[in-house]
Amino acid sequence: MPLSGLQIYKLLPKTNCKDCGLPTCLAFAMKLAAKQMELAACPHVGAEAKAQLADASEPPVRLITLKPSAKIAGGRELKSGNETVLFRHEKTFINKPGMFLRVHDNEPIASIQARVAAVEAYSVRYVGMDLTLDGFAVQAEAPLDATRFASVVSAVRAASKRPMILIAPDAAVMSAGLKAIEGDNALIHGATAANYEAMAALAKQYHSALVACADTLDGLADLTNKIKAKGVDDLVLDPTSRQLGASLTRQTQIRRLALKKDFRPLGYPIIAFPGDAAPDQEALQAAQAIAKYAGFIVLERFAPEMVYPLLVLRENIYTDPQKPIQVLPGLYEINNPKPTDPVLVTTNFSITYFSVANEVEGAGLPAWLLIVDAEGMSVLTGWAAGKFDAERIAKAVKDSGVANKVTRHRLVVPGHVAVLSGELEEALSNWEIRVGPREAVDLPAFMKQVL
Amino acid sequence: MPQVEIPKDSWSGSVTTVTLGATAADGGTRSHTITVGGHKALPFMHFEQKMAHRPLIALEIKDHRPDDWSPLLLDLWGDAANDPASWAKAAESAGADALVLWLSQNGTDGKPTTPQAAVASTKAVLQASGLPLLVFAPGQAELDNALLVPISEATTGERLVLGICEDKNYRTIAATAMANGHLISTRTPMDVNLAKQLNILVRDMGIPPDRILMDPTTGGLGYGIEYGYSVMERLRLAALQGDGNTQSPMIVTPGAEAWKTKEAKVGHDVPATWGEWLERAINWETLTAMALVESGADIIVLRHPESMRRLRAAIDELMSVPA
Repeated sequence: MPLSGLQIYKLLPKTNCKDCGLPTCLAFAMKLAAKQMELAACPHVGAEAKAQLADASEPPVRLITLKPSAKIAGGRELKSGNETVLFRHEKTFINKPGMFLRVHDNEPIASIQARVAAVEAYSVRYVGMDLTLDGFAVQAEAPLDATRFASVVSAVRAASKRPMILIAPDAAVMSAGLKAIEGDNALIHGATAANYEAMAALAKQYHSALVACADTLDGLADLTNKIKAKGVDDLVLDPTSRQLGASLTRQTQIRRLALKKDFRPLGYPIIAFPGDAAPDQEALQAAQAIAKYAGFIVLERFAPEMVYPLLVLRENIYTDPQKPIQVLPGLYEINNPKPTDPVLVTTNFSITYFSVANEVEGAGLPAWLLIVDAEGMSVLTGWAAGKFDAERIAKAVKDSGVANKVTRHRLVVPGHVAVLSGELEEALSNWEIRVGPREAVDLPAFMKQVL
Repeated sequence: MPQVEIPKDSWSGSVTTVTLGATAADGGTRSHTITVGGHKALPFMHFEQKMAHRPLIALEIKDHRPDDWSPLLLDLWGDAANDPASWAKAAESAGADALVLWLSQNGTDGKPTTPQAAVASTKAVLQASGLPLLVFAPGQAELDNALLVPISEATTGERLVLGICEDKNYRTIAATAMANGHLISTRTPMDVNLAKQLNILVRDMGIPPDRILMDPTTGGLGYGIEYGYSVMERLRLAALQGDGNTQSPMIVTPGAEAWKTKEAKVGHDVPATWGEWLERAINWETLTAMALVESGADIIVLRHPESMRRLRAAIDELMSVPA
């Protein structure tokens, strides 16, 4: 938890020497608390104070970075953790949980390679973004076989440029897997009270993050303390519950302890295994993991009809509430419009855009859709804030060159801004200004009946 | 081993308990009633307060076969969708906790639905199924009033839920609900303050809090769900903090929102990366609903029985954690 200015002041030399450039130590402390200066600006601060201040500046949920070896060109990096709120509306959720597909080392290698290749090739477009899965988990199955595990890990690494999670209960097997991807910053699953010493040694040797597994919070906190004492700082938590109710309870408790109590032993991202659920519950478990605090999500099945909605949900939940997703202003063609088709106007708030575009497209009606830069606001909000007015609409008409594409100059404005039509008729004198319906859902009927 | 002290929230406020439907003993004809709300903590935080009532799932039916629903749904319901009584029976046997009869704007003849037809549909559903019933009008303030008032009068004492009660028509709907022993569902467009404001207005009319459900509106997955999700979290937090105008149980319609999206509705000429149509559509509906269950929904209105089955299994798990 960040210290207040006064708490920091108590750790400073309190000599007001001005060597930091500020008149007093208190002023310097205030700047530190506001993160406007670095502690290094004070040449006199003691080692103990430095340690305490460094500790206090640690994020409540540790940032974990996974990446393939630097030798792999174009390797993808994944960051998880660093979260600061319990509810997305308080600020924003920051690092989207990494979504991994799990393969098992007792599957035929050809089928593993085929699935890895399919995931590597998979990318789905949503609101102008290309969404993909983040990496692969390889799980060692009984009877354990270190050689087989290592060869599957190698095969996945050969087919993928994404981060990996290695899952094996035995340190010798894990060691063989890690050796196969030496140079990777991988995630190891996992350490238990029984094997943590060997697993911690491997995590150190291979610069990997380590999952601590325990079925109680006491056990989990105890385990992370012991692993940290072995010199491993990058930890991830597996509270081992695979049932929705217990997972929600544990993950909420862990997040609250980290954020509200600054409880360091549980200040790490959480890993969830929706893939352990029944096949028809996997998507629902993953949905809860996305909304409720998972940092890593391991899926069992790769099916676009499940992965696409999950990737969209993750995008939605992790959208910054203060900066809504916008679409590029400009002219969009819907259903191959002809020069005689109408020009519809709305704002560049992504949901406004998609509501209008989907209604018109879904109804099979051709139209030109002119998107005005309203700084990402909806029609009513944009109008109220002066970001969606006659001036901006007229400018968008001119900038887009739509006048050269249509022969019939008909401009349909949203019903909510009917009040703008007078001004628009003046600004766009050679256009016929029509007032459309207030809601996008009524557009198809309006277009069929009125235009 | 360290003892981790688990932080528990304690709240001064709680969500109102609301009962839908009336049995013969209470002046109605329902075979049983259902009760929602009563929460004293955030959803499923049983370790703080055992959750009073689980979220319930209603299936949406129409007064006649809709012409704008996905063929996946129409094929599934088949001939049952041709009339509201057989649709109600089919939805009840599919396992719905309650039914939402959502009236169409126009009849099969293309003319606006008449009050007589709306009353007849409502009565047919009440006769066909003993489930608690919610009747939603098409969402055009004047038409809604014209349909809901006679329905309300023809079903006195049933404790129906009448919707959609908006800022434009709340007076008429709240008045007829009070006069005839029904409940109302208020609806505002994804905004905490608008939801509070409408709640104040209907309560100023004198309708008791235990007859109000609140529909904060949601967007479908990919089409604004994050707004609905956060508005619901904020409303529920405000309710628990003691704000009396946010304490109504929340009803949401993820079925209608999800099945409106292209992802659920359309099976051809879509990207291959969207995957198989039916499973994608069901995922679209269940994931929209699941997110809203996590953020505090008390009644979830769905369209596909398989989505209901999956969501109910998830709610079972969420409810089965010991306090």
